[in-house]
Amino acid sequence: MLTQEKQAPALPETDTMISGSQALLHALSVEGVDTIFGYPGGAIMPIYDALFDFPGNMKHVLVRHEQGGIHAGQGYARASGKVGVVFATSGPGATNLITGLADALIDSTPLVCITGQVFAHLLGTDAFQEADVIGITTPVTKWNYQVTDATEIPAVLAKAFHIASTGRPGPVLIDITKNAQLQKFAFQGYERCVHIRSYRPKPIVRKEYIERAAELINSAKKPFVLWGQGVILGSAEQEFKAFLEKSGIPAAWTIMGAGALPSDHPQNVGMLGMHGNYGPNVMTNECDVLIAIGMRFDDRVTGRLDKYAKQAKIIHLDIDPAEIDKNVKTTVPVWGDCKETLPLLTQLVEQKQHTEWLAKFREFEQKEIDAVIREELFPSSGEMTMGEVMQQLNELTNGEAIIVSDVGQHQMVACRYAKLNHTRSNITSGGLGTMGFALPAAIGAKFGAPDRTVVAVIGDGGIQMTIQELGTIMQSDVDVKIMILNNQFLGMVRQWQELFHERRYSFVDIQSPDYVQVAKGYGISGRSVNERADLTDALREMLAHPGSFLLEVMVTKENNVFPMVPQGCSVSEIRLK
Amino acid sequence: MSEQAPIEKQEYNITVYTENHVGLLNRIAMIFTRRKINIDSLNVSPSEIEGIHRFNIVINETEEVVSKIARQIEKQVEVLKVYFNTNEDVIWQEMALYKVPTDIIAEKAKVERLLRENGARAVVIRKDYTVFETTGHREETDNLIKVLQPFGLIEFVRSARIAIIKGSDGFNRKLREFERAEPGQEAIENEFLNSRDKVFTM
Ligand SMILES: Cc1ncc(C[n+]2csc(CCOP(=O)(O)OP(=O)(O)O)c2C)c(N)n1
Ligand SMILES: [Mg+2]
Repeated sequence: MLTQEKQAPALPETDTMISGSQALLHALSVEGVDTIFGYPGGAIMPIYDALFDFPGNMKHVLVRHEQGGIHAGQGYARASGKVGVVFATSGPGATNLITGLADALIDSTPLVCITGQVFAHLLGTDAFQEADVIGITTPVTKWNYQVTDATEIPAVLAKAFHIASTGRPGPVLIDITKNAQLQKFAFQGYERCVHIRSYRPKPIVRKEYIERAAELINSAKKPFVLWGQGVILGSAEQEFKAFLEKSGIPAAWTIMGAGALPSDHPQNVGMLGMHGNYGPNVMTNECDVLIAIGMRFDDRVTGRLDKYAKQAKIIHLDIDPAEIDKNVKTTVPVWGDCKETLPLLTQLVEQKQHTEWLAKFREFEQKEIDAVIREELFPSSGEMTMGEVMQQLNELTNGEAIIVSDVGQHQMVACRYAKLNHTRSNITSGGLGTMGFALPAAIGAKFGAPDRTVVAVIGDGGIQMTIQELGTIMQSDVDVKIMILNNQFLGMVRQWQELFHERRYSFVDIQSPDYVQVAKGYGISGRSVNERADLTDALREMLAHPGSFLLEVMVTKENNVFPMVPQGCSVSEIRLK
Repeated sequence: MSEQAPIEKQEYNITVYTENHVGLLNRIAMIFTRRKINIDSLNVSPSEIEGIHRFNIVINETEEVVSKIARQIEKQVEVLKVYFNTNEDVIWQEMALYKVPTDIIAEKAKVERLLRENGARAVVIRKDYTVFETTGHREETDNLIKVLQPFGLIEFVRSARIAIIKGSDGFNRKLREFERAEPGQEAIENEFLNSRDKVFTM
């Protein structure tokens, strides 16, 4: 009954008596929320009761586990650019959110999570399903707050949305005691929050730093841009492209930034980091000016820090001052929203080509193609590889799909090889590396971008962590293409055991159920392929199928992802085999 | 290229101005525990401005670590401002209370001289015990423990450190700027970046 189109509800008139739960739903509706991912329970029942006949278009998606709910919220936020909203009950409902909160915090994903809590008078009594949710979630939220009085709800919710979505975005959790959900109060209207005196999300841009940065860039012979998700979070894709095209600088991406510039842009030189491309890693230690835009020098990107870009002057554009100098000492910090700082910088940089310098990246690319890529994407014999599955998928989607990846070898392969024409098209758990992320995140992504094809690329390990969300797909009729790359191993861990633990394969041999049968049990069509000859046809069937489809591809068991910067090594020590 | 921050550990006084918010103490403490940094002293109390609290935190760390921690603290939504200073940059005090048996003290010690030499005063004198109080640096309060130990010191307590920043103009003016929707550049500017001017010796 909640799915049918209805008028957006008018706000109650001032002094109308409404419950805390109704106030909450009105807040969500003013904030433009169209989808809630949630799971009910005792302590959040008044909110669910109000939701039952709340007017308007707000959809509620009943997930199968609160972790699924929050990852769906993340997928929704990442695909749409809006705040993801998640409901959970007290105690176990709330603790099931923790992994998603940690994931959203480290990957800067805007979320507002609402948890029910026991009655205020029971707080601290070890009441049924009481957990110290504020205490537990403090280190994994940008902000959290416990509401014990309904009159606080409008202002607290306004603050929650403001904090989640501005500055460096992040997850916010509001814990509402049951009495506050039930309590009736005289509604005084809802005002969106635009300013909190102790919170300054938008720095004032300092021109002198822009000038310094431009000077450095203009005098550079071998400048190199590294970009991250900041470009996407700041909706600065156009500004970024304009900067690159004027300055002529080659640019490489972190997995969180993938897609902000189309894969086939001539200045896009590829992926950074442990399993990134050869050229960008080597050139990090060759360039003379490194321009980092909206990225945070994660250790998976930098490798050994004391041998990272030591020869280069570093310009770092970031909205979060705590990131500047955190891992890599900056020569010129450009603190600000890159949507603002990039155009200022573009104005001051000289129009250039850097043809020779760019050609060097292409030389390295050729080496990588010869040593790794050709065999991975176009193997002529032997068992199927993950790379060729991605390659075939690219041909069929032509780079138009949203790719949601889980964590492991298949994630690295998906990020390396997926063709992305558009921003907000690569959704993956970057900072936390959360197995089980992809299936629920893909569900959320489809709600966030209903017009786009969503393909979840998942390992045989990760799918079994949140496989219960097939039930959500069944019930909510979400169109998600589920692609399991089955290597019959916890492949990434096996790769490390092979390379660094003398092939002692300790508990990485994981068995799978018959996925096609499992999908069938949920009313989802599926297919499993073993033979190269069937691959294209199976992918076609998956993409053409009306509604969800599960495709299992049996790939070679003991393939390794290369290139690789082994842990503790410098980026220039990247290995091709 | 840039001026190197001193790499030795030393005592730093971190001053934090915050909103009065439940749970904020936890949020700030976690920034230290997560990095396995011990807080040597912590004082939280209302500041001179209504509704604003002031934290004084003492840790023993390198400047690099302290500056990163300061930024992490300032990043918290309810934190208004963070400063960090070496001991030379602050005036600081700790208060201590000492409980001793009155009979022994009265009989054996030259109480007057003892108090005068240690800048202490008696807060309570009862038949059974006497409580002295002194304020000062750690060595000074420690000193009196040593002096009173032979006289049967019963109980001792020391407060957290409080510190005034020598070079500070106070917080009132800054707060008024924060309250404006569009604060002026000076007020919202990040001190850590300001001090970066030095690094531009390219
Ligand atoms: C929740 C969680 N537990 C454990 C890990 C450690 N881990 C990283 S990759 C990986 C193996 C993943 O196996 P699979 O899903 O089959 O993907 P593959 O590497 O084989 O492609 C494991 C166990 C993790 N990242 N997340
Ligand atoms: Mg696997």
